[in-house]
Amino acid sequence: MAESKHPAAVGEGAPVIEPGYTFGTVTDKISSIVLTRPTSNGWFFGFGVAFLLTMMMLFAIAYLFARGVGIWGINIPIGWGFAIVNFVWWIGIGHAGTLISAILLLLRQSWRNSINRFAEAMTLFAVACAGMFPLLHMGRPWLAYWLFPYPNTMNYWPQFRSPLVWDVFAVSTYATISFLFWFVGLIPDLATLRDRSTNRVAQIIYGMLALGWRGSARHWHRYETAYLLLAGLATPLVLSVHTVVSFDFAVAIVPGWHTTIFPPYFVAGAIYSGFAMVLMLAIPIRKVYGLEDFITERHLQNSAKVMLATGLIVAYGYAIEAFMGWYSGNRYDAFTLWNRLHGPYAPCYFALLACNIFVPQLLWIRKLRTSPVALFLISGVILVGMWLERFIIVVVSLHRDFLTSSWGMYYPTRWDWMTYIGTIGMFLAAMFLFVRILPMISIFEMRTLLPEAEVKE
Amino acid sequence: MKRTPVYGMMAEFDSAQLLVDAAQRAHEAGYLKIDAYSPFPVEGLAEAMGFHKNRVPLVVLIGGLLGGLSGYALQYWISAVSYPINVGGKPYHSWPAFIVVTFEMTILFGGISAVFGMLALNGLPMPYHPVFNVPRFAFATRDRFFLIVFSSDPKYNPVETRRFLESLAPRSIAEVPS
Repeated sequence: MAESKHPAAVGEGAPVIEPGYTFGTVTDKISSIVLTRPTSNGWFFGFGVAFLLTMMMLFAIAYLFARGVGIWGINIPIGWGFAIVNFVWWIGIGHAGTLISAILLLLRQSWRNSINRFAEAMTLFAVACAGMFPLLHMGRPWLAYWLFPYPNTMNYWPQFRSPLVWDVFAVSTYATISFLFWFVGLIPDLATLRDRSTNRVAQIIYGMLALGWRGSARHWHRYETAYLLLAGLATPLVLSVHTVVSFDFAVAIVPGWHTTIFPPYFVAGAIYSGFAMVLMLAIPIRKVYGLEDFITERHLQNSAKVMLATGLIVAYGYAIEAFMGWYSGNRYDAFTLWNRLHGPYAPCYFALLACNIFVPQLLWIRKLRTSPVALFLISGVILVGMWLERFIIVVVSLHRDFLTSSWGMYYPTRWDWMTYIGTIGMFLAAMFLFVRILPMISIFEMRTLLPEAEVKE
Repeated sequence: MKRTPVYGMMAEFDSAQLLVDAAQRAHEAGYLKIDAYSPFPVEGLAEAMGFHKNRVPLVVLIGGLLGGLSGYALQYWISAVSYPINVGGKPYHSWPAFIVVTFEMTILFGGISAVFGMLALNGLPMPYHPVFNVPRFAFATRDRFFLIVFSSDPKYNPVETRRFLESLAPRSIAEVPS
């Protein structure tokens, strides 16, 4: 799907940027959201609610530290519970940001230029939420640094044959690279804010963050090389992260986990839920800040198409899981399938099939793909579905394994829910702050989309 | 006004096309120490000034190799030398299990080298630079394009250089105080 650099010339679908904009008006429109637009009551209300939820999370965590993981619903045989469900859910959501900023950059999909910045911010905040869960789950979170190989007086080192140690490296690399990628993309825009702002304090802060960027041609030359190389490095990285997360399950011998389909099916599911989150953020943001000219119908449609495609890969994953349960002749795998359909958690499995497979088929209809309200609702359904998928994988596989004597049930407690809902609050609070103090659309990349940016040799 | 040493002569242009043409002509006219400023990366601008290759890829290659090698060496030394433990009868040096961390360390070091290598080669962060003394330069991050001839250029001459820049149809010309 190679496209010309200037999508206004492309016939198919709506333009990626409405005609009539110049370098100046694009710059002013995006920077004014941060610099001159008064902070609305709606922003204070939304941030306030998100902030209260964050406080609730901190309360739940404080109580957890005081009492230990016994306040959660976890026990043998279900030792993983909400913490791991939420960890996988959040980190999956983050994957869409890297896909948009790195993979679509390498594929020259220039429509990404107006959604990559806040998708990358979404990645960062989602990874921050994800990263907390394994630490909270450890029982003694103050010893979290034992995960890293460092010389110590115990003469003790991590065990590098374990996927859980691989996960430490994968997730911490992912968080670092995502932050660097996001920050490098911000540097030229921070320089714009430094030069546009009239407030002395803002000038100093943006000025320091912009590192003295002045847009020299030699700097741009190295900048573009570095940006492209970062994208090239982030692309295999993002695929590896969810692959390694799936190894946490697939390397174990628990029926329902021990399968080779997991890596591709986890990566597809991650992108699926990530695009749903991108849409759930983009649709209200473009409406509230009047950015329909930059985040157009075309962006919504393309995101919907990505969801449809990855949703079908996920459906294929479910089908293969069910097929292998029967075809392998392994009675434990067969029982896992039976237990999903008829066991105590069967309603979750049917809800999962409805949310992840049946409802998203509505996206075949063009009218719904271009309707912000419909897309917002379908995205919400997909996010619920992807959360249920991880619940099925973690809880339903663990609760009935090989021996009937070790079967059990898992019921989340209020502390499980408070921590989970609290991270959603923390994520939203961070997003509210982000749209208020940083340009949520990449200004310099939007300039390159304008026809006047074209230079003849 | 107090006389200050001159850093260079700067011309302001309205479009990317004009800037590329101007940079090309300045390069052809024999000016060696020039630079161009634009609000977004302009294709062919660096090449027009005779700047073709940068060393960022080399830095990233070295960083990535270093990361991969140190990642593997770390795991080998820990698992086979310093703290050998028998896990399910697997060899101490079980290399297939070490691939994931080696890969992640390659990406981590490569990415960090890309960012810090780019910043270091660009000489950033640099809080002060003489070009910011020109008030109109604030538009270099909005919608204007600038070409500067540094006073350290052997061909630099306040009169000649100004005349040359005027021939490029700029919007304005300013002397940059150092």
